[in-house]
Amino acid sequence: MTVTATQATPGHVPSGQTQPGGGAVHARRWRRVAPYLQAAPLAVTLILFLLIPILTILVVSFWDYDSVRVIPDFVLTNYAELLTSPVTWKTYLNTVKFAALTWAITLVIGFAVAYFLAFHIRSTSWQMVLFLVCTIPFWTSNIIRMISWIPFLGRNGLLNSTLIAAGVIDQPLEFLLFSDFSVVLAYVHLNALFMVVPIFNSMMRIDRALVEAARDAGAAGWQVVWNVILPLSKPGIAIGSIFVVTLVMGDFITVRLMSGGQSASIGLMIANEISLLQYPAAAANAVILLAVVLLMVAAMLRVVDIRKEL
Amino acid sequence: MSDTRSGSPATTGVSRRALLKGTAAAAGVAVGSGAITGFPTIWAQNIKNITLRQIGTGVSNLNAVADKVKADLGFTLQMTALDSDAVTQRAATQPKSYDIADIEYWIAKKIFPAGVIQPMDVGKLKNFDKIVPIFVNGKLTPSSAIAQGTAPHSVGFVEGKDSTKFAKSPTQWMTLIPTIYNADTLGIRPDLVGRPISSWKDLLDPAFKGKASLLNIPSIGIMDAAMVCEAMGAVTYGDKGNMTKEEIDKTLAIMTEAKKAGQFRAFWKSFDESVNLMSSGEVIIQSMWSPAVAAVRAKGIPCVYQPLKEGYRAWGGGLGLAKHLTGLELDAAYEYINWYLSGWVGAYLNRQGYYSAVLDTAKQHMSADEWAFWMEGKPAKTDILNPEGKVMEKAGAVRDGGSFEERMGRVACWNAVMDEDRYMVRKWNEFIAA
Repeated sequence: MTVTATQATPGHVPSGQTQPGGGAVHARRWRRVAPYLQAAPLAVTLILFLLIPILTILVVSFWDYDSVRVIPDFVLTNYAELLTSPVTWKTYLNTVKFAALTWAITLVIGFAVAYFLAFHIRSTSWQMVLFLVCTIPFWTSNIIRMISWIPFLGRNGLLNSTLIAAGVIDQPLEFLLFSDFSVVLAYVHLNALFMVVPIFNSMMRIDRALVEAARDAGAAGWQVVWNVILPLSKPGIAIGSIFVVTLVMGDFITVRLMSGGQSASIGLMIANEISLLQYPAAAANAVILLAVVLLMVAAMLRVVDIRKEL
Repeated sequence: MSDTRSGSPATTGVSRRALLKGTAAAAGVAVGSGAITGFPTIWAQNIKNITLRQIGTGVSNLNAVADKVKADLGFTLQMTALDSDAVTQRAATQPKSYDIADIEYWIAKKIFPAGVIQPMDVGKLKNFDKIVPIFVNGKLTPSSAIAQGTAPHSVGFVEGKDSTKFAKSPTQWMTLIPTIYNADTLGIRPDLVGRPISSWKDLLDPAFKGKASLLNIPSIGIMDAAMVCEAMGAVTYGDKGNMTKEEIDKTLAIMTEAKKAGQFRAFWKSFDESVNLMSSGEVIIQSMWSPAVAAVRAKGIPCVYQPLKEGYRAWGGGLGLAKHLTGLELDAAYEYINWYLSGWVGAYLNRQGYYSAVLDTAKQHMSADEWAFWMEGKPAKTDILNPEGKVMEKAGAVRDGGSFEERMGRVACWNAVMDEDRYMVRKWNEFIAA
């Protein structure tokens, strides 16, 4: 196979070069243009659906507004009001807190589930079956999955009435619903799979001989996990982390529903501004959020070079 | 193999082209015939081809109304229901996307200056002189005081046909035709509060810690907050509907303190959220809308729309005509508005616990018992049905708050948009995020 290929290429190139006259010029020009044409569909798509919208947001973020109109202008008040308000900082802190908690919990759950699937289930068909079982909750809308926690955790909800009936508590536990607890719980529930899948994928590529070699060299079970499997799963962990962190950073509906409107996130702040027709303020907020999330992703990619490992 | 392959796409190509040609011809014929049959010059038949697009809140954007319009007037009314923020947004930013805007008066104050709505000639309104005076001069009876906030009459008229400046007294040009209004107060769970509730300040009573709620629509929520602070004696307002920065700060400082102390269980934004909070027992006292109280009661759960000694916070909505309406469509829109005030809709709205703008015509469409229950505050002689025919109140029940005059006569403040709107919204969001 390799031999025929190497033979074909040198044979082909000279024949192209020896083509006489205008044909050769044409072919050369074509060869120069071809890569651009090949890249054009993606480039056009990205420009139309990514670059232009983001530039629009950037431009609008410098506009002025009153209660009904957006006024084209160049003012820095949107950024000034945003960055000098202690509420912005508190909200960012709160959102980062949610993201960090969700990330840590989904990482532990995701790693454990993926490890179990990849190394403890021997048959491939069972692996697939159990993997599909993990995705079952995702067959319903995430709003429904979120809202179904409300009657479960409520003051007179299933959990509280069960605990009271069992005599474990005499007063319903108030912190279960409309609290940071319920917000993080819903985030973990919604996003755990995004951690499981890439980590599982990475683990499946690990050469089993490495595990055997580690054991032969005398490594204990936890040492194999810590020194062999964890480092080799890094790309999966990084991809999963990017998913979870960006999803939580940009979310607004989970925070609103699960905190009973009591807690804030940046997404919710933007949604509020949009609903009050304060598009420039929302745009400024979106630009800052984009920058922060890009920095977070860049930091993650500094730790793990996904491209090298894929 | 390769022969058949290269052959078959060609055949499909031809047949597809033929098909397209055929379709185009058929479409042409259809358009042609449609133009011929749709040609009659008699106005009554012509109007049937008109479709008016109405946007508004779920409160009054009722499909029953659209069906009745089709039956009575012949043209099509297309309803889109949105929440009040989305209505404001749509009305102001996409004026071409609707023909009739069903908006609240405070929304009108925000969007009318943008020039997207055209005022109506009162000369073309048959029942103009019968409209409840609240919407004309602000006084329910000649002796009553004008409430604070964006009172409907203050944004009810403009100075001329093309003016966007609100007139101080009634003119020939009306901005919105009032359709629906009500007096709002706190909803309570009488079985769980454990004591009589008589004042707005009870919302912040520490006894209800973790069991209170407030609505999170800034321009309405701030009013409820102001009613509470005023009742507590903590803040004195010049005009609750147009607060100064200092008054806004004081009001929200009190609310923030209460929030941090855990007074509130949740903040709600939509009708169904308030119903769920109340019926699940998560919340036992909260700002509420009248049909939400009815919805809780319909589940067999006790809920009272508690009249309070400081009075009510009122709101009102109306129909506005989009600027782009002209000719036949404009005629149809006037026809619709005259029909709206002619009684059928009024009775429909009154039966839901709201009030209609022209009471005399609505009365003709209601039974004497219904009228006595809803409007005069008298005990029901028979079961009271809602517009869909479901029993809403048993015989013997009395409406919370009593008669029309008792309720609308005790309005302390109207929903409003303030001069310091932008500041207020920012502070409100800080309170919600605190």
